[in-house]
Amino acid sequence: MSLVFAGVCSHAPGITGRKDRADPVLRDGLYAAYERMRLAMEAERPDALVVIAAEHFANFFMNNMPAICVGMADYYEGPIEDEAWLGIQRTQVPGSPDLSRRLIEDVMNDVDLAYAQEWKFDHGISVPLHFLTPRYDLPIVPVNINCQGPPLIPLKRVWAFGQALRRACENVPERIAVIGTGGISHWPATPDSGKINEPWDRAFLDHFLNNRKDSLLAYRDDETWREAGQGGFEIRTFIAVAGLTEGCKGELWFYAPIPIFAVGCTVAVMTL
Amino acid sequence: MSLYQVQKLLYHLNRDPVVRSQFERDRDGLLASYDLTTEEREAIEAPDIGLLYVMGVNGQILMHYAALRGFEWNAYIEAMREGERKYGPVRTGLYTSAQSRS
Repeated sequence: MSLVFAGVCSHAPGITGRKDRADPVLRDGLYAAYERMRLAMEAERPDALVVIAAEHFANFFMNNMPAICVGMADYYEGPIEDEAWLGIQRTQVPGSPDLSRRLIEDVMNDVDLAYAQEWKFDHGISVPLHFLTPRYDLPIVPVNINCQGPPLIPLKRVWAFGQALRRACENVPERIAVIGTGGISHWPATPDSGKINEPWDRAFLDHFLNNRKDSLLAYRDDETWREAGQGGFEIRTFIAVAGLTEGCKGELWFYAPIPIFAVGCTVAVMTL
Repeated sequence: MSLYQVQKLLYHLNRDPVVRSQFERDRDGLLASYDLTTEEREAIEAPDIGLLYVMGVNGQILMHYAALRGFEWNAYIEAMREGERKYGPVRTGLYTSAQSRS
């Protein structure tokens, strides 16, 4: 079995960029959960980390927007944002094009993918890596699911992607870690930034942690948009991980709404 | 399609240092290469972050342009609110329901 670790976490830019403006108890609790996740992942000795993310127009624009794209580069650069704004220094992150290619080719038996040999990470990947691979010494396979604006890939297709990725992971000799990273309810970069629908988040997390496929796939984008904001479209990253880990339960290591971070900050790990 | 052109320009500014450099050196020339209305060009040049938000520019693009033009986080949020007060609800795109915000 070569999927050795799977989890989900938040990636909001405020987590690093506005860290001094948060309640220190909540912030430190979140940071401790990221650290716990890093240690748990490292304990599984992964050869590579697949990051299923939802980028924000750093690489992909409405001239040619892939539903799902997987990176296949020697290295990646990030963050693309101003370093002071995000609170993360720009760096190069190693890739593994050979591993990417084998995973992509396997997944494409079931789900069409785009691929990219050039990719600049934005906060959607740079924030998780800042905490989970702070030495930037683990090869990364980035995955982007368009969560920014419709038309959006249906949730059942995201689940299918997760399933196909699981099989692809099983078919390579490398030990693979996978994280999904997105918000649950949030209204980022709008006048409603900081608004968080905690009951909605907790209901979604309950379905996610118990891997309730039918409940997860029953979410509708129009309802999500109304109750969880446009940021709620990023539940796709969690649902991909749920498909990846079908039949497994998860453990919630941290959840707290932190308004200055503009999201209900979450760290959860699946029991494989 | 004009909103698309506004967002395309801001997307290029956000990700490409060469475009940012041209924005400083030859702003007119850069803006002329995008199919913008007068209102859009003026909003970009001012910059009128509130109007750009009301036009429907995606916040994930707009927040970086605001930072580029010197808007601190709270000022960025307030500029969008001011835009709604001054120009009315968001005209198109993802945020059109913002008018129902209490």
